[in-house]
Amino acid sequence: MTDRSRHEPELRLDPGGNGELRATGDWILVNAERLSRIIEDRPPSVAALDASGISRLDASGALLLDRLVRQRSLQPDQLHLQPEWRDLFETIHRNCDDLHQTAAPGEPQWKQVLDHVGRSMVEVVTSTAQLAGFLGITVHRLIRLLRHPSRLKLTATVYHMEQTGLNAAPLLILLSTLVGAVVAFLGATVLRDFGAELFVIDLITFAFVREFGVLLTAILLAGRTASAFCAQIGMMKAREEIDAIRALGLDEIELLVLPRLIALLIMLPLLAFIATLAGLFGGFSVAALSLDINMTLFIDRVEQTLTLEHYLVGMLKAPVFAAVIALIGCLEGMRVTGTAQSVGEHTTIAVVRSLTMVIVVDAIAAIYFTEIGW
Amino acid sequence: MNALPPDQDERVIRVSGLRTGYGHDIIHDNLDLDVYRGEILTVVGGSGSGKSMLMRTILGLSRMRAGSIEVFGQRIGNADDAQQIMARRAGVLFQDGALFSSLTVLENVELPLKSHRPELSVQLRHDLARSKIQLSGLSAATGSKLPSELSGGMRKRAALSRALALEPELLFLDEPTAGLDPIGAADFDQLLATLQHALGLTVFLVTHDLDSVYRLSDRIAVLAEKKVLATGPLREIETIDHPWVRDYFHGPRARAARHEE
Repeated sequence: MTDRSRHEPELRLDPGGNGELRATGDWILVNAERLSRIIEDRPPSVAALDASGISRLDASGALLLDRLVRQRSLQPDQLHLQPEWRDLFETIHRNCDDLHQTAAPGEPQWKQVLDHVGRSMVEVVTSTAQLAGFLGITVHRLIRLLRHPSRLKLTATVYHMEQTGLNAAPLLILLSTLVGAVVAFLGATVLRDFGAELFVIDLITFAFVREFGVLLTAILLAGRTASAFCAQIGMMKAREEIDAIRALGLDEIELLVLPRLIALLIMLPLLAFIATLAGLFGGFSVAALSLDINMTLFIDRVEQTLTLEHYLVGMLKAPVFAAVIALIGCLEGMRVTGTAQSVGEHTTIAVVRSLTMVIVVDAIAAIYFTEIGW
Repeated sequence: MNALPPDQDERVIRVSGLRTGYGHDIIHDNLDLDVYRGEILTVVGGSGSGKSMLMRTILGLSRMRAGSIEVFGQRIGNADDAQQIMARRAGVLFQDGALFSSLTVLENVELPLKSHRPELSVQLRHDLARSKIQLSGLSAATGSKLPSELSGGMRKRAALSRALALEPELLFLDEPTAGLDPIGAADFDQLLATLQHALGLTVFLVTHDLDSVYRLSDRIAVLAEKKVLATGPLREIETIDHPWVRDYFHGPRARAARHEE
């Protein structure tokens, strides 16, 4: 054992011609691949195996030695092994008996593809059903909360208002201002040909009050907040904290979902309003700097364009988006199962699905409000 | 790889003058410890005496502030050296298994083989990994399960098979029986004894489970007062006059464990 020098592993037929195989050298993991090939190459029937020349043996080597013994159907007395390796060989021989048959071939590729498609479809259906169920439970708890307002977790709600609302405001203001400026530039480029630069103000007002203010906010929060909700609740689920909440007779919807939902229901409309103002400011700066429209003219024009309906079209969507983002984020968190990978998968699903839902709902709302003439 | 008594001449691990700490707290100061080839050295000590920290420092997972550590005669200068040597010649069983939760048990065992022995064919790698799983007392069917689907005892066994994947000569065990019921713990001790004997492993065992201490140890190292207070066979350690040693080896639980023996 103390001899650390390397010996090449060998397996030769005894030159005496008595059909005996001789194993020598290091039968260890480092040489496993070679040994495995050597074993396949040697004749199928041998009289005996003299393994007493093996200088080192580890569990991997013992497994291959065992395979050799089994494949050539050797009896225990036909194997000669040094006593110091006996124990190891016997342990492997006893424990690893059903390894030597070749494994059944796996499913063909096309079946795997079909299998995957089928599973994805089932997943879409079940997750939609789960979302409906989750919406139902949450609405029930929300109504119960309205009857007993003292059950509201005020600290948690305020904490989430800060996290999802206040902390998102600087980034949102920056994004909205820039988008407002870009829209004004585009409008100015097109409208200048008609000599109607003044209508840039109409464009900006329409775009931000009706659509972009709330949509930009929802998109930002879908990325920022849905993922955070999902990861927070997902880690709690993985560490059995959700189970602990239930076991303590508490309600995880009331404790975890409602504070997040209420925080977002309050903050998203406020953020949307801020985003609208920021967008208008971005548009105004372009109008002032490159179109020579002064502040009085700008405000005057906005006043003429803006009606209450426009404002409502934008703001009515805000709580819907808030509910979509909070519910999908929390639901995906609840669906996390134990593993770190699962947290990642469900966070991705939460962001993708809430973004998709936000844009779909926005498109439907745009058609509806146009049809009713708002 | 033999049943011979520990080889007193060959030190597998040699720690001298070790000092470690977190921030302003010194955990170990001027600590010396030798581990000989083929033995099971059990490290015992109270909570917070730095048992796990010592193991992590030898493994190169935590930094040392002073002193030297030699493993297999090679001096470990920094964490990277340690991890290189350890990856090839030592296996580690972490306290709660530390199996990769997104991989099946078989994939967990195959992972070290895949990266350190890339020449192995897929079939052979499968077979070697499955043999380790069976060697740890799990059925072959367990290989396709995820760690989250296993019981605590099975997770420990799966983690042990991963620790054995690269045929280590040295095995580090951190609280291997923590969280197991007494029967499961006794089975696991038995498994460790069998494998240590068959594979000729040198074992560095960190535990506070008295049953394991009595059943497995060749030698015991007592950690207290920031250093190794004493090392030696159980009979010698028991007689040491030190408050912690007295409480540990002569408390009610120790009497029960000794009675069983």
